[in-house]
This record gives sequence, C-alpha cells and structure tokens, in this order.
Amino acid sequence: MTVIRTGVDRAGPEFAANREAMLAKLAELDVEQAKAVAGGGEKYVERHHMRGKLLARERIELLLDPGSPFLELSALAAWGTDFPVGASIVAGIGVVSGVECLITASDPTVRGGASNPWTLRKILRANEIALQNRLPVIGLVESGGADLPTQKEIFIPGGAMFRDLTRLSAAGIPTIALVFGNSTAGGAYIPGMSDYVVMVRERAKVFLAGPPLVKMATGEESDDESLGGAEMHARRSGLADYMAVDERDALRLGRQIVARLNWRKAGPAPKPEPAPPVLDEDDLLGLVPTDLKVPFDPREVIGRIVDGSDFDEFKPLYGSSLVTGWASLFGYPVGILANARGVLFSEEAQKAAQFIQLANQVDTPLLFLQNTTGYMVGKEYEQAGIIKHGALMINAVSNSRVPHLTLNMGASYGAGNYGMCGRAFGPRFLFTWPNAKSAVMGPAQLAGVLSIVARQAAESRGQAYDEAADAAMRQAVEAQIETESLAPFLSGRLYDDGIIDPRDTRTVLGIALSAIHSAPVSGTNSGADGFGVFRL
Amino acid sequence: MITSVLVANRGEIARRVFRTCRDRGLGTVAVFSDADAEAPHVRAADAAVRLPGNAPGETYLRAELIVDAARRAGADAVHPGYGFLSENAAFARAVIDAGLCWIGPPPEAIDAMGSKIESKRMMSAAGVPVLPELSPDAVTEADLPVLIKASAGGGGRGMRVVRELSALPAEAEAARAEAQSAFGDPTVFCEPYLATGRHIEVQVMADSFGTVWTVGERECSIQRRHQKVVEEAPSPLVERITGMREQLFDAARAAAKAIGYTGAGTVEFLADERGRFFFLEMNTRLQVEHPVTECTTGLDLVALQLHVAGGGRLDENPPLPQGHSIEVRLYAEDPAAGWQPQTGTVHRIAVPGVLTRFAVGTTPSGLRLDSGVEDGSIVGIHYDPMLAKVISWAPTRTDAARLLASALHRAAIHGVRTNRDLLVNVLRHRAFLAGETDTAFFDTHGLTTLAAPVADEPAERVSALAAAVTADAAAPQPLPGVPLGWRNVVSQAQRVEFDGPSGRHDVTYRFSRHGLITDFVDDVVLVQLGPRRVVLGVGGVHRVFDVSRYGREVYVDSALGAVALTALERFPDPADLVAPGSLLAPMPGSVVRVAVALGDPVTAGQPILWLEAMKMQHQISAPADGVISELPVSAGQQVDVGTILAVVAEQAEEPQ
Repeated sequence: MTVIRTGVDRAGPEFAANREAMLAKLAELDVEQAKAVAGGGEKYVERHHMRGKLLARERIELLLDPGSPFLELSALAAWGTDFPVGASIVAGIGVVSGVECLITASDPTVRGGASNPWTLRKILRANEIALQNRLPVIGLVESGGADLPTQKEIFIPGGAMFRDLTRLSAAGIPTIALVFGNSTAGGAYIPGMSDYVVMVRERAKVFLAGPPLVKMATGEESDDESLGGAEMHARRSGLADYMAVDERDALRLGRQIVARLNWRKAGPAPKPEPAPPVLDEDDLLGLVPTDLKVPFDPREVIGRIVDGSDFDEFKPLYGSSLVTGWASLFGYPVGILANARGVLFSEEAQKAAQFIQLANQVDTPLLFLQNTTGYMVGKEYEQAGIIKHGALMINAVSNSRVPHLTLNMGASYGAGNYGMCGRAFGPRFLFTWPNAKSAVMGPAQLAGVLSIVARQAAESRGQAYDEAADAAMRQAVEAQIETESLAPFLSGRLYDDGIIDPRDTRTVLGIALSAIHSAPVSGTNSGADGFGVFRL
Repeated sequence: MITSVLVANRGEIARRVFRTCRDRGLGTVAVFSDADAEAPHVRAADAAVRLPGNAPGETYLRAELIVDAARRAGADAVHPGYGFLSENAAFARAVIDAGLCWIGPPPEAIDAMGSKIESKRMMSAAGVPVLPELSPDAVTEADLPVLIKASAGGGGRGMRVVRELSALPAEAEAARAEAQSAFGDPTVFCEPYLATGRHIEVQVMADSFGTVWTVGERECSIQRRHQKVVEEAPSPLVERITGMREQLFDAARAAAKAIGYTGAGTVEFLADERGRFFFLEMNTRLQVEHPVTECTTGLDLVALQLHVAGGGRLDENPPLPQGHSIEVRLYAEDPAAGWQPQTGTVHRIAVPGVLTRFAVGTTPSGLRLDSGVEDGSIVGIHYDPMLAKVISWAPTRTDAARLLASALHRAAIHGVRTNRDLLVNVLRHRAFLAGETDTAFFDTHGLTTLAAPVADEPAERVSALAAAVTADAAAPQPLPGVPLGWRNVVSQAQRVEFDGPSGRHDVTYRFSRHGLITDFVDDVVLVQLGPRRVVLGVGGVHRVFDVSRYGREVYVDSALGAVALTALERFPDPADLVAPGSLLAPMPGSVVRVAVALGDPVTAGQPILWLEAMKMQHQISAPADGVISELPVSAGQQVDVGTILAVVAEQAEEPQ
C-alpha cells in the first residue's frame, strides 16, 4: 500500500489558470451536450409532448432504477457533421431492475428518429459494447427508419444492426425492444430480431410496408393498425410478447422483463467498501497545463481516481517517462500505464510490454492514461531499435486479452496513440478529457513537414519557393489539423465513447469497470502463448 | 391469599394490571380472542387462554368462558379491567361463586350503580346533588336540550343529544337499540343536557373496614362523542373555586358509603363554571384515566385494588396529591373525517422520553406510556381503536402540558392515522392552557383548527423532499460508491410524487456535484444523506428528517411535525384500474344490509348498502344517478378495504 502524496500547488497562479481554462472547456462541452439533449428543438419537443409521448431521455429516466447512475455514451456523435449533435439516438449504460444494461433510445424529435450514418455508427458501437461486456440490451424504439438521402452510407452496413441483435442473443445476452412508435420496413427487424418485444397500444407501428406501399404492391386496401398495430402483433402475429397500455406501461414491462432475466454478472465481484481517494478529485481541473507541451505528473491524476489514492508503482526507476503500477478502482483491481513526460523511449516501450504481460498473467484489467507525443525519433533512437521496442509494446497491447480502458488526458499523438491503446486497439471504453487532442502529429509539426517537403520539391525542380504561399499553407493546415485533433471533433466521429468532466473520471471509469465485469475477465494467462512472461 | 390473577380484558389495561401483579410477585393469566392471539397483552402474561371468536359477545363478554379459563390456568383472582364485564354484577357473582377472588366492589354495589335511574334516586336520597331525570315520554319543549342515556350504559355508548322534540322518538329508539346490543338492556332515560358542562370525577378507594378515601379529583371535560380524550388531575376548575374540592369529596364519599362500596371506584359529576355540580354516575371499576391520579399521588391503584380485594386495610388517609398530570388517549381515528376509526398495522410507535410504562415514576416530572400496542400490532375492526395513553406529570399544569405536547409532536407513530395532531393542538391551545375546558371544547374551537396538521404545508413539502432523496439512498445500488443519481449528460430533474395531507406533491430534484438541486423547496441544501435519515438545511437551518417506509406508505418524522405520505407508483399497474363509478369499501368490515339489486336505478346519494366496521355502521351511497351494474357483495360478507362493493353505471339510453 502506497498512498500518493500530492505536489500540486493549489494556491499557485498556474493551477488557477489551468482550472479556469478547463472550466471554459467544460462550459463549451455543456453547450454541445445541451444541443443533443434539445433533440429536434422546442417545436418538435412540444409536438411530441402534445401527442402524449415521452422524450427519449424521459423514457430512459423512467426505465432506470431510482438513484442509479446513467453513463451516456457518444453524446456528441455527429458533432461537426451535417447531422444534429447526438445523431438522433441516445445510448448509455444504466441500471434497470438491478441489472446494468446497454440502453438505446431513438429520438423521434430529430427528423422522426431517422437513422443517419452517425446514428448507425453509434448503434453499432453500442452493440459492440453490449457484446464485449455482456450487457443486456434494451432498445426504446421509435424511428422513421433510414435517412433516405444518405441511404448509400446506411443500407449496406446497416444490416449489421440486425445481425448484432441476433448475435447478442446467440451469445446469451438478452435483447429487449420496447416499441413506442414507428418501427417499419427495415426497422421492423429491430423488434423482429429481439428476444423480448413490448409494443405500446395504438402507438407502435411495426410492418414491412405501410398502406400506400401495400396498395402499390398488391392493390390491397389496409390500415396501420391491421398491418402493424400492437393489438394485432400481440394477438395475431405474435411478434409482440407484451402489449402495453401506454408508454409508462411499456417501461414497466421492460423493467419486469429484466427483473426476470435472473441476470448474474460473470466477472469477479469488486472488493467491498472501497475507500474514496484521499486526494480531492476537484483538483483534476487544475492539473493539466493549458499548453500540452508542458508535461504533468500522472500520479497526481491516479491519486485522485483510485481507491484510497493507493498506487503501488511497478519498475519506478526504469523507463520513468511511463508510469506503471497497480491500484483498485471502486474495488476492481487495475493495472495502470500512464505517460509521464510525453515521449516513449525504448525503455518505456519494453516496460509497458512487460507490464501488460504481467496483467494478463493475473487477469487484471488495464487502464491507459494517455498524454503522449509518441515514440522518440532521431538517429540515436532509430539505431537503438525504437521501432522494434515500439512494436513490442504495440504487440503486447494488441494481443492482451484483459479488458482495457483508455483515457486521453491531454495529448495522444503518433504511434504513441497506438501503443497507449488508442481506438483501433479496441479498449472496452475510451474517454477523453475536454482539453485533449489526438492526431498523427502536432499541427505545427505537420504543417512544418509539409512545408519542408514542398520546399525540397521546389528546390529539386529548381524553382523559387513562394514564401508567402508557404506561410498561408502552413497557417491553413495548422488550423485544419488543430480543429480535427480536438476532442469534440474526435468524439463526433465516434473515436471515443464520450468527453468527460475530469472530476467525473473515477465515476465514469468505475461504471465502465463494473460494466466490464458483467463479462468474464481473463488475460492470456502467460506472457505469450506457451511462454512465460518475457522480461524485457 | 391471591397468587395468580386473570385479567378479563385486553389491550393496555390488561398489561397495566399485569405490571402491578408482576411487581408484587403474582402470577398472570390473559384471555384472548382470535384477533388478539398475537397481541402484546397475551405475551405479557404467564399463561393465556383462548376465547374462540372475535366479537366481544363471543369472547371478552363470555363470563362462563372466563371463569373456566381462570380455573384451567390456576388463577385464583379475576381483575375485570374496564369496559367489557367490569360492571357486570352477574359476572362478579360468577367469579365469587367459583371460589375466586373478585377484584372489584361487591356485586350489590355494582347492581346499585348499574341502573342509572335507580342510582340517581339513591344518590339523591344520600344527599348527593343530581340532575332531574326525565322519562323520554315526558320530555317537553322546556326541557330541551336533553341527553338520552342508556341506563345500563357507560363510556358514552348510546348517548344522544336531542334538541328538537320531533327528533326524540327516533333518537330514543336508536339509543334503545344500541343499548340493547351493547349492554343487553334497552332501558334509556333523559336528563337535561348541559352543553358546556365540566366533567369532574373523584377517585375513591374503599376497604371493607369502612375506610373510604377520596384520592383527588380528575377533570375529563375534553370529550368527543361523549368519550374522554384529555384527562387531568387536579381539575383546573376545582383549583379555581374555593371550597369546591371539599364539597366534591364529601359527595363522593357519601355516594360510596351509600352503597357499601369497596375497592377502586369513580364518582362522576357534571359541573358548571360557578362550581355547582351534579352526580352523573358512579363507575364501579378502575377508570381508563386512573394514571393521572397515580402520577399525582404516587399510589398504585391496581396494587390497592389487590390489597383491598385480598382483605387488606387502607391507612386512615390517602397521600396528598402533588403537581399536575395530564393524560391523552391516542386513538387510531381521523378526527377531521367524523372521528372515523382507522384500522391497520401499527408499524411503529415510539414516544420519546418515556420514563415509565404502566407504573408511577419517581422523578419530579416525566412521561408515562400505557400502550396496548407495540410495533407490528394490528388494529382491527373488533375493538376500541385506542392505541395508547400517554401521560405526563410535572410540578405545574403548564409544564405537564408542554412536556406531553412535545412528546406527542416528536413521537414516531407509523401505520395508522391517529388523533395525535389534534392532541398536540389541544395541549398547546390558549384556552386549554388557561384551564378553559368544557365538554364543548371541540365545538367551541372547531376541528378545523384543532385537527389541523401540526406540520404546516411548507413542513410537509420539505418532508416530501426528504422522503424523495432518502428513497434514492435506500434503493439497492449495484454500483456502490458511484454518486447517487449520477448523470454525465443532464437532461431533466428526477421526479417523485407523493400524496400528503395538503394534497399532491410533485417533487422534482436532482443530485449534482454541488449537492441537491431543486426548486421544490426554496433555499435548501443537502447536508447529510442516508437511507433512513437526511439532514437538510432550509434557509440556513439544519434539520434532521427520519424517513420510514412501509410499502408505499412513507412517514417523515422531524421537529417540524410528523408527516404521513403515500408514494405514487412510477408505473400505475393496469390491474389497479377500477371501473368508473366503483364504490370501494372505505375500511374493512362486514356488509350488514344491501338495499338495492343488480339493475336497479339509483339516484345520487341513495343508500346502496351498509358496512359495519369498528362498532359503527357506514352507509355507502350512490355517487351519481345511474344503474347498479355490478354488485359483487352480499349481506354478511366480510370485505377488506378497497373491495369493490358496487358499480353505478350511467343510465342506459331508453330504446327508441
């Protein structure tokens, strides 16, 4: 047991400036999240309420257990695209009848809840989370189907939505659809592929083709209720297992279904009564320098998120630009890898690879705290085999079997993003602080590289280099890369599972770890197949 | 010599007698009806004998069963308590004939006082002032108003006030019927009704050697439906009027001597503000309100009863009373709804600061609790709805009233509606504190004020908020340690609804990093939160709220006053939906009579059936004009609260 001692000067001007900058970022985040919450806007919200219907988030709030938390995922999906922030669907992890479930709710106030390409990505990501972590899925369905103008982006990959539902079911993960309104054409397969289906009387509409299309296809006269009403599906087709008298009744039935799943989490239980951190999590606002070039000690973060601020460091004297060690979070043991001075050298890479093997040996989940500018470059390092060593680390991260959690606290650049379990390396959850950035390299470096290459090309052609154009190009590129490396942009593209308030880090990671432990937790049980842990 | 005492009674009085018996090393035997099988008085006894059935006529009024029970359980003495067979001379004789010791006056004394008509004549002859007695047939306009009383009655049963001659025959008939069913004797009589009298009574204790003590007076003027609610010793009236006490005591002694009384008894008088008083009746038994006499004299009246019954001799003089004592009767009833008796489970009854139970205390001031119920007791429809007597004693009347009011205010009483708020309001009422008490107290000051909740509407709202937030803390959380109601994206407030005394409370709130956010209560902060207790700061003042839940019933106890709330279900169960026009049983009881048949047309207010519960008949009437479309109950059927009794549907259109 080693309780971290803080070295933060909370009274200093730097801390105050950092805090102010972070609060400004959080205020911006609030504005963006409010857009998602506002859905289709006042007019559509009012119209929806006038029809006696509940909003997507109102449905979720009623579905959840009283007092329980709800971790909304991908809240800023579609940010920076042509589609509304939030991607016309709400997704998250919440507790229903004592069971942690993956909940999605289409937002019918946003273009009738129609799915656009970002909606699809958000749903597929939610399904992936459910499958990896074995979370029962509850879909609150009311969607006008595909956004037809973008069908080319949706139709073919969209089949995965239905495939996922039945694969979840096949994996022993129950899927529940509560149908509040339209769920037609392809959307009819959402209830169609779900294990349990509840439909709201006089509201649910589930058919392959509506009256006009039926008329065109076969000449038959029909109406919504006879083609796809809740009464019909509950009494005749059998597609509805339960008919709800109204929306609240549907949510009651949803809770009732979950209560009868007799669901048991497959992972090990956490140690009971974990101690909160000794250090104040409020300080997390003032730790990160406004300039990402200035590194900060990740132990100050670890000390504010782990149980009792208790962190036993592994190999503290070796490769000290990467901090590794053991802790627990809400009683769940974790191994932590955290960048200390941005750059990863050969030692750090080897230390990481060894540590990842150790975690796999004893089935301990890993938490990656990113603040990296990448692997060291330069003649000396290339000659010393930095690629080989980086490859060791990326190899270990890629083939590690224990669940990974990743948090981008600041910088996540270059191959450092890979080694520190970036999105492509499949962490179970990846969250971002509002100040964080990620790109292949820094905007100035990228623009500078382009400039050098262009200058060399001009020189080789014997042409004079246009310095003014170069300056303009550099400025434009820098601005573009800067924008595209910001947290909202990355979050909008589903490159993370959400931007979080640093003060919520422990809570968010705790909910994520708890969700992870719905599935069995096990590593490779050795360093590499058939070998012991390689001492690197 | 008495070695083991059977108490032919139930509830608090049985426990009271057992307490003294135990203190004196005597064995104890209880009797119990089926409904009382789990009652505290049964557990308090060394042995208990079942009296099959529930109705008093089947159980506690069956003299022969009780004598047999005493014999079987080896009791050698019988204490009748109050009510039931306590003033039944035949029972006293049966006990004595069975060779058992009767802890009460001689049967002849009971007989003498048993007939109110006869007793008044006898008392008049002994020089005790009496009100003229009128035959119901002889009452004239000039005599009005009159009070009809059952000759064999007691405890207010069968009493009716008549203010118009035309109403007299019907009221007399009803009184006769009630007297017949309650006492087996239909005789009734009238006497002038003093609307604003004072009820003053004198406790006497007499031995068989001619010593008659008058052990102080009590005033029990505050009554509802002729049943005492607040009782005290000494009487504020008697304290005020010079020489009245001596006159009262002389009259009481004369009354006791006139009938050769022994044991504990009470001579009741009606007095006016000038101190004139008239004999009402003599209760030949221990009174409900005897504790106030005990708390001012230090005597154990039950011990003295046992002493005298066993042939013991009293000292020459009783001890002099000291200080003041007030008793309130905590009833399961709804004063604001016509004193409707309430039934249900008493989940919790906890009066803070109680120093002694069923016994006299030794401190200069304190609280005594004589309770017939404990946590988990069921208040049924068969017997009196009195839950407990709470008694305070103190050097002065003001001190005693304040202590008692405060204890009741802070008491946790969960499960059934009670008259607690009424009692607190009375004890704190200016007129009460000034000693201005008479039998019309409730009429004079009005139930609107007196039965008003002690917790005002703002207090009720804060209590509802306390109920809401503790519910979250009490809910099982699979992620312990994660902040309550945590959201990373905030979309709306949490919403919980309660029904409270002042109406519906739609509580909206949410938890944030900075504590509780709500506009339901102004200027409120969450100081501390647990599953059963929350500390809220309202306007900078911290207060503790204790919250208890029993299903949907929520009780919030705080210094602001107790608040009972009903949590509304988040999801109404469709099975709970009742057809429009359904008439539901307002309480458990039995259907006495059904006045309509299926298909009958009815008009609004027309009686449909009568339900008997808690010794009272409730008429169920049509809520609107219509047709009886469902009638699932029949006469004699037992029904639970909420049972559909009948459905009144709209009148069907006449076929064209």
